[in-house]
Amino acid sequence: MTHSDPNLYDFWPYEGRPKIRWPGGKKLAFWIAPNIEYYEFDPPVNPSRSPWPRPNPDITGYSQRDWGNRIGHWRLMDLLDKYGMRGSISLSIGLIDHHPEIIEACVARNWEFFSHGIYNTRYSYGMDEAQERAVLEDSIRSVEKATGQRIRGYLAPALTHTERTLDLIAEHDFWYSCDLFQDDQPQPLKTKTGRLVSMPYSLEVNDVITYSVQGWSPQRYTDILKRHFDQLLKEGEESGTVMCIPLHAYLVSQPHRIRIFEEALKHIAAHSDDVWITTGAEIAEHFRTHYWDESVKDIAARGVATGGTGFAPAR
Amino acid sequence: MPQPAEFLEYPHRAYGMDQDRYDWQPADRRAPVQLKSGARAMAFITIPLEFFPLDPPAKPFKHPGAMVTPYPDLRHYTTRDYGNRVGVFRLLKELESAGLKATFAVNAEVARRYAPLIERIRQGGHEIAAHGVSTAHIHHAGLSEEEERALVAQTRAALPDAVTWMSPARNQSFRTPDLVREAGFTTCLDWESDQRPLPMRTAHGPLSCLPNHYELSDFLILGTRSQSEDEWADQILEAAAQTVAEYASRGAQCFGFTLTPYITGLPFRIEAVTRVLKGLAAMDGLEVATAASVTSAFEGAAP
Repeated sequence: MTHSDPNLYDFWPYEGRPKIRWPGGKKLAFWIAPNIEYYEFDPPVNPSRSPWPRPNPDITGYSQRDWGNRIGHWRLMDLLDKYGMRGSISLSIGLIDHHPEIIEACVARNWEFFSHGIYNTRYSYGMDEAQERAVLEDSIRSVEKATGQRIRGYLAPALTHTERTLDLIAEHDFWYSCDLFQDDQPQPLKTKTGRLVSMPYSLEVNDVITYSVQGWSPQRYTDILKRHFDQLLKEGEESGTVMCIPLHAYLVSQPHRIRIFEEALKHIAAHSDDVWITTGAEIAEHFRTHYWDESVKDIAARGVATGGTGFAPAR
Repeated sequence: MPQPAEFLEYPHRAYGMDQDRYDWQPADRRAPVQLKSGARAMAFITIPLEFFPLDPPAKPFKHPGAMVTPYPDLRHYTTRDYGNRVGVFRLLKELESAGLKATFAVNAEVARRYAPLIERIRQGGHEIAAHGVSTAHIHHAGLSEEEERALVAQTRAALPDAVTWMSPARNQSFRTPDLVREAGFTTCLDWESDQRPLPMRTAHGPLSCLPNHYELSDFLILGTRSQSEDEWADQILEAAAQTVAEYASRGAQCFGFTLTPYITGLPFRIEAVTRVLKGLAAMDGLEVATAASVTSAFEGAAP
C-alpha cells in the first residue's frame, strides 16, 4: 500500500515563525556541499531504474564522473581554500576504498563527511530493512575508520528512498537529512525515535539541476546564486534562513565554469558579517540544541499537525 | 489498410465553430468596449495552490509537476510542497507590497490540509477560487457524469464561497462547463479563446471564460522552457503594454498569467516577481484585479 502524504513533517507556514538567530547573531547559515561520488562502471541493474542513460558500459557518463574525481575535486578544493570555506561532503562511501587520496585531502581541510550511500549507482528501491541498516552501518563504520569522524548527515543515493529510510537514519543517531526540499529553514522530522532535522539542501540551486537539467550557462548560474543568497539574507532578518550550494565537481569544476562560479562565492564571502559560513552538522547541532523544542511547539500551535510519524499517520 | 470512409467526412465543416459553447467573433468585427473604471486593459493573476500526492494516478495523464521517480518520490513531493509552505508567503508579501489582489486557485485538498493558509489569503482580501480536488483528480471525458459531478461537489464543499473555477491541469471533459456552472461557478480559467471575458453557453447559464494565457505560464516559461527570470518578466510586462496600447483600436481587453508558488516563489525569482508586480501596478491605463472582478467589470462595460 502506498501513501499519498509521507507525513514526515507537519505544515508550517513560513510567516510568523519563532525567530532563529545563528551563532554570533548571524542571519543566514551558509553551507556548501560538494558531492564526492563514485559511479560504478558495470553496476547491477535495479528493476526500478537504470543506472546510466545508455546500457553499461556508458563510458561518456562514467568518464566524466571519473574526471570529477581525478581533476575536478582538486580544482574545487583550491577554490574553497581561497575563501576559507569548508565543505560538507556528500560522500559515496565506496570512494574511500577507491580514492583514499581525496579523503585525506578533505580530512586535512577539516571538512565534514556525510553519507550519500555506498555508490550513486546503488538505489534504495527494493532494499529490505536489514539491507538498509547494513548500508547505514557500513557508512558510519567506514568513515569513522578512515577519518575518525562520526557522520551525522544523510542524503540517500541518487535521492532514492524507502518508506523506512528516515526512521532508520534517526535511529542510528543521524542529526540531519538532506532528502527533503520543502523549506528554507530547518524543521523537526516526525521519526519514531531521535531528533532528526530536515536540513535545507536545495535542488533548485544544485549544479546538476542548473547546468544539466535546466541547461543554464555558467553566468546565469552565478547570477541565480547571487539572487538566491540576497533574498534569503534579507529574509534572515526576520528569522534565520539556510542556504546550501550542492555541487558536483564533474560539472562545476569544468574549465569553462569554475572562474565564473567563483564570483558567487566572492559575493557570499563579502557578506560574512551577516552570514555564518559553516557545515551541515554545525547547523543541525545548533538547531537541535536551541530551536527544536520551540519549533515543535510553534508547529503544534498552528493547529494543523497531523500526529503520527513518517508513513504512519495517526488516523 | 486505408482510413475508414468517415475519415473524409466533415459533419461540422461550416461557418463558425465546430462546437456550440460560443459563437465565432473575429476581433475586427465587434464594437470596442469601454470599462466604467476607465481602465484601458485589465490583468488578472492566478496563483495555483496544488496538492501533489506521492502516489498519483497515471490516467488520463500525469498532471504537470506530478511525481517523476519511483515511489516514494520525496524529491518531487517536497519541492512542490515548498510552494504551499514557503513560496506562497513570498508571493503574498510581494502582492501586498505592490498593492495588488490576486486569484488563488485552491485544490480542495489544500483547503482541507492547510486551513491557516486559506485564512491568511482571505484576510489579505484576495479571491479564493476553486481548483478541483487535487492534481490527482483530473476532469476528463473518461469520467461518467456522476463521477465528475462528485468531483465538483467535493470541491464546492471545501470552498463554499468560490465563484471562479479552474480545473486541475486546466483539463475538461465535454460536460465540465455545465457541471461547474450547475455548482454555482460563474467564471472559468480553463478556456483562453478570447482577449475579453467570453460568455460560454452551459446548461445552467453563462460561464465567463477568461484568457489565462498558457504561453505566459511561469511553469512553462521558467520550468519547461528554461527561459530566464528577466525574460519571463519582460514577456508579462510586454503583454500588459500591448493590451493597453490596443485600446485605441480594439477597446478594453484583458489577459492573465500564473504565479506558481513552487516556481516563482523561489528566492532567486523574487526580484523578477517584484519587477513584474510593481511594473503592472504602475502601468498607465492597466487595472490589475481578481478574476471575478474582471468578469464583472466587462459585464458592466458599455459597447
